[in-house]
Amino acid sequence: MLRIKNLEAGYGPLKVLRKVSLHIDPGEIVTVIGANGAGKTTLLKTVSGLLASWGGEIFFEKKTIRKVPAERIVSLGCSLVPEGRQLFAPMTVRENLILGACVQYRRRRHEEVDEDMERVFGLFPRLKEREAQLAGTLSGGEQQMLAIGRALLSRPRMLLLDEPSMGLAPRMVREIFTHIVHLRREFGLTILLVEQNARGALAIADRGYVLETGRMVLQGPSEELLLNKNVQRAYLGWSSEESA
Amino acid sequence: MFWEADRECMDREELEQLQFERLQSTLNRIYSHVPFYRKKFDSLGILPEDIGSLTDFSRLPFTAKEDLRESYPYGFFAVPLREVVRIHASSGTTGASTVVGYTRNDVRIWSNLTARILTMGGVTKDDVVQIAFGYGLFTGGFGLHYGAERIGASVIPASSGNTLRQIKIMKDFKTTALIATPSYAMLVAETIREEGIPLAALSLKYGLFGAEPWSERTRREIQENLGIIATDNYGLSEIIGPGVSGECREQDGLHINEDHFLVEVVDPETLRPMPEGETGELVITSLTKEAFPMIRYRTRDLTSMLPGHCPCGRTLRRMARVRGRTDDMLIIKGVNVFPSQIESLLFEIEGTEPHYQIVIERKGALDDVTVLVEVGETIFFDQMRRQRDMMEHIRKRLAQELGISVEVKLVEKKTIARTEGKAQRVIDKRTM
Repeated sequence: MLRIKNLEAGYGPLKVLRKVSLHIDPGEIVTVIGANGAGKTTLLKTVSGLLASWGGEIFFEKKTIRKVPAERIVSLGCSLVPEGRQLFAPMTVRENLILGACVQYRRRRHEEVDEDMERVFGLFPRLKEREAQLAGTLSGGEQQMLAIGRALLSRPRMLLLDEPSMGLAPRMVREIFTHIVHLRREFGLTILLVEQNARGALAIADRGYVLETGRMVLQGPSEELLLNKNVQRAYLGWSSEESA
Repeated sequence: MFWEADRECMDREELEQLQFERLQSTLNRIYSHVPFYRKKFDSLGILPEDIGSLTDFSRLPFTAKEDLRESYPYGFFAVPLREVVRIHASSGTTGASTVVGYTRNDVRIWSNLTARILTMGGVTKDDVVQIAFGYGLFTGGFGLHYGAERIGASVIPASSGNTLRQIKIMKDFKTTALIATPSYAMLVAETIREEGIPLAALSLKYGLFGAEPWSERTRREIQENLGIIATDNYGLSEIIGPGVSGECREQDGLHINEDHFLVEVVDPETLRPMPEGETGELVITSLTKEAFPMIRYRTRDLTSMLPGHCPCGRTLRRMARVRGRTDDMLIIKGVNVFPSQIESLLFEIEGTEPHYQIVIERKGALDDVTVLVEVGETIFFDQMRRQRDMMEHIRKRLAQELGISVEVKLVEKKTIARTEGKAQRVIDKRTM
């Protein structure tokens, strides 16, 4: 579904991604874990076209999307749920969702937008209750739901999720992760999940990659990464004694 | 039958992406964790990220057995010892042993890979698998044991040795699959015949043999004498142990587990890649090993990559059965000779038994080679002329094939020592 080879990107003189390669098959949930500054957000920004890449290849459904503008990538079926939600705080929940549907409106599929809106409300009943409320007044978890809902309104086949658990209470983190699994099951989505919460992400992902200072140092099925002592020590917060 | 169909029959393009991703992360890890590789890369001016494709990969340095010996025991480990859950040592077919380690994940992957090999050879969860490989520092026993357990077969860890007991177990426990070296399988077959045990008393169906080169003729003998389907499998401790490659039921080349190992065949002299189909030294890079990753390890085993697709459906490429080792290569009177050449020739000659030994001595300044061949009772006694004719025939054939003249001696059955492990085919008495 998504295939990346030797991706390089950065900011000004600073190279962040150093030949990153990864792939995601249709229907998979794949996570990229790594510490702050490892390049996780840069990776998603580059894939979604928000940041120009310096080199490498990005293929979405066998078509190259490197150098394709961000809005085209959304209409191709790959949507980003950005870090920190990036909602329009002074607008209502409904208005934020409608903004996500701009691709659909451009395709003149107005009826589908209403359908999709209902599906999003079905997935997140809390958003339905707060439909007319301003996005800025929502709790962190509700804002995350709204950000995901907004991305769903572009009818993506693949979702890029940037730290959806960030800043959420533990109970809400669990809820969000459960929703991500639902997204695959009910919307047939393929998901690339970037997370600092390695434990939560590996619990729902099929496979994972470990990004360290812009380089992939490990990859494999989630259960293997969970067994890896380096992952345990660096990302799961276990000492080797505990995990023995 | 597949163990992991999605991997074994993977689309080649997807496989190459996976191999490349795994290679990149392996390179990133070894560069920061294995001083040998960091030094080597630095001296060549290579950074892991300079390797941008599977073809660039040929810029990487080779790793030789001597490098491993110099780092004895733990110099090549890429993780601290407390993360290692298993230590094995190479069987030391030639020279000193090499110490290798496995993390929990390595053991997991290893089990899965040997499960693939066993499945290729016919083993299912309904089989009773007798493992007559040594359990110990040698990787053969444990590696296949885990795979058989992973499949869910009933595993008998018989270990090597005590042939009569092995046969009793085989009979009483109703063993359906035998795991051993081919030479041990021959010994078992011979012992069964001598003891007068009818094949019907056994339940054997499959045999998976490895750890030494063997010929098609040996396969036929084993298949006939034990009434089984015999497949070859290949591996070496430095890479993982058994699980690198194995034959499917087509018995036409060994499928390499390419999602975990990157293989090349190179000219042992020039180190240049050999074209498909041509014999050279097998070089392996591990793609998923955590504790003991290897970059372009020179196995010293001689094989070739087979062209074409296998009818079994696997897309994993196949290597020819190992013909011998680069260090088995004998230089006799200035000519390169592999014991396997002598073996395959002997086996074409009627009346010979699949047991032989090559003895090399120095007489004056000259190498003197004697090939001892066992012959069946049918021609041995009181038939001086037939014996002489046969010796002459073998001598001529060997001279044609090898380009050197060798002495041939026919010996009675069971004269040549049988081994429970790897057979000793060459006795080199020359003082180097």
